Amino acid sequence: MGKRVGMEVSIAASEAVRLANVDVIAAYPITPQTHIVEHLSEFVNNGELDAEFVPVESEHSAMSVCTGCAAVGARSFTCTSSQGLILMSEIVYCTAAMRLPVVMVLANRSLSNPISIWNDHTDVMSIRDCGWIQYFAENGQDVLDHVLISYRVGEDRDVMLPVIVNMDGFSLSHVVEPVELVDQETVDKFLPPYKPSVVLDPTHPVTMGAIVLPSCYTETKKAQDEAVKASMPIILKGWQEFGDLTGRYYHPIEEYRTEGAEVLLVTMGGISETAMWAVDQMREKGRSVGLLKMRLWRPFPFEEFRKAALKARMLVVVDRAISYGGPGGPVASELRSALYNEPKRPIVANFIAGLASRDVAPFDFIEMVDRAEGACKKGTEPEYEIYGVRE
Amino acid sequence: MKREQEYTWTDFERGYVITEPGSSREYHTGDWRSQRPIFDKERCIKCGVCWIFCPDSAIRFDAEGHAETDLDYCKGCGICVRECLPGAITMVDEED
Ligand code: SF4
Ligand code: SF4
Repeated sequence: MGKRVGMEVSIAASEAVRLANVDVIAAYPITPQTHIVEHLSEFVNNGELDAEFVPVESEHSAMSVCTGCAAVGARSFTCTSSQGLILMSEIVYCTAAMRLPVVMVLANRSLSNPISIWNDHTDVMSIRDCGWIQYFAENGQDVLDHVLISYRVGEDRDVMLPVIVNMDGFSLSHVVEPVELVDQETVDKFLPPYKPSVVLDPTHPVTMGAIVLPSCYTETKKAQDEAVKASMPIILKGWQEFGDLTGRYYHPIEEYRTEGAEVLLVTMGGISETAMWAVDQMREKGRSVGLLKMRLWRPFPFEEFRKAALKARMLVVVDRAISYGGPGGPVASELRSALYNEPKRPIVANFIAGLASRDVAPFDFIEMVDRAEGACKKGTEPEYEIYGVRE
Repeated sequence: MKREQEYTWTDFERGYVITEPGSSREYHTGDWRSQRPIFDKERCIKCGVCWIFCPDSAIRFDAEGHAETDLDYCKGCGICVRECLPGAITMVDEED
């Protein structure tokens, strides 16, 4: 058992990066990710972490540095938010296609314009198809654990993919939570040194990031799609082994009070904890409501999701991003398509809520379930709704 | 080496790394050409300016030192024509 201490979740993220003994950190400060970068620079300055800290001039450079360093065999870390992610996105796609296992913590924040420094998932959804493995953390412990798990999974020779740990800005990044640290010995047991099979080395020249012609591009993309799908067993193995060492076991879809539930709320990230409160309150009143928490977003856990969702009559999916002029929230539309071929599938109600940190309280979840039930009684699948918008 | 049309999705190195140096030689940019340069040996002063400017390194020299192009790689851009001061090069349409 590690020591249980109260610490800001951003500090917990930096502690995990220190425990992972990274070689290179390249990052540009942006709210609400700043505390992570500041803390890491202190570690390096104080000699508590033997790493290169590259204070780059932009996020585009941050990801370029990390990608280049991973290519020469260095364990690399960056973190960003919102506009920073958008600026680095050109390289984000390259890192995945080049199969370089950089780890990035994303302190999720809205995208401009209008400018908002507050939290939702519009930033990460803009790079949904970047080819990285993507976790969503629910609390500080998740963040700390998943930084370590990300290196272990991403650097596995059968995976070799970069990994994003999504952590809600402010509501996670800036709160103090009890966190159980993992001792260095356990981390070293869990996380072997990064040993890529091919590295950039002048004595054995190779080309990385070359052009491919239309005659082969389709094949390269098929290879990439298969690589992300093939990471699933290693992700599960990573969680299993981490659980065996720490007692904390994680799953692609976490179920909360789902026994016999007719209605399932579906959430991703920090609001899941509030949703659990709401479920408790509804269960106390004898209502048949449970909760599915999506921990793994890419690769999408089709099998686990169907297994959990098909038991219910209705899903109430709470999205934290909008696909403008599209089918509603990105999570709901993916869940719907994952269920499409099922002969008997639950109705999917979709609410977009908590944009720019607008509070989603337990009674809001209850209200969403009520409204979805109401629409359900009319026998139609309800249209998506931007919850709580003033009309 | 395999022709590009023969590659299946399992044939690539991880991350599409190219482990064999100089493999761009396998790629015949000459396939792109719709015009080709013709060299007039009478006018060529063997200065090598076309060789410097050719973006595909397609210019070579015959035994007497006159410039000519390797049609496997000449993409028909016409830069050499523009740069050749004595006017020794002209472009003609590729007939199919
Ligand atoms: S630039 Fe003209 S003159 Fe000079 S080598 Fe080429 S063809 Fe000959
Ligand atoms: S046409 Fe273009 S590619 Fe062909 S030899 Fe001249 S400069 Fe080179």
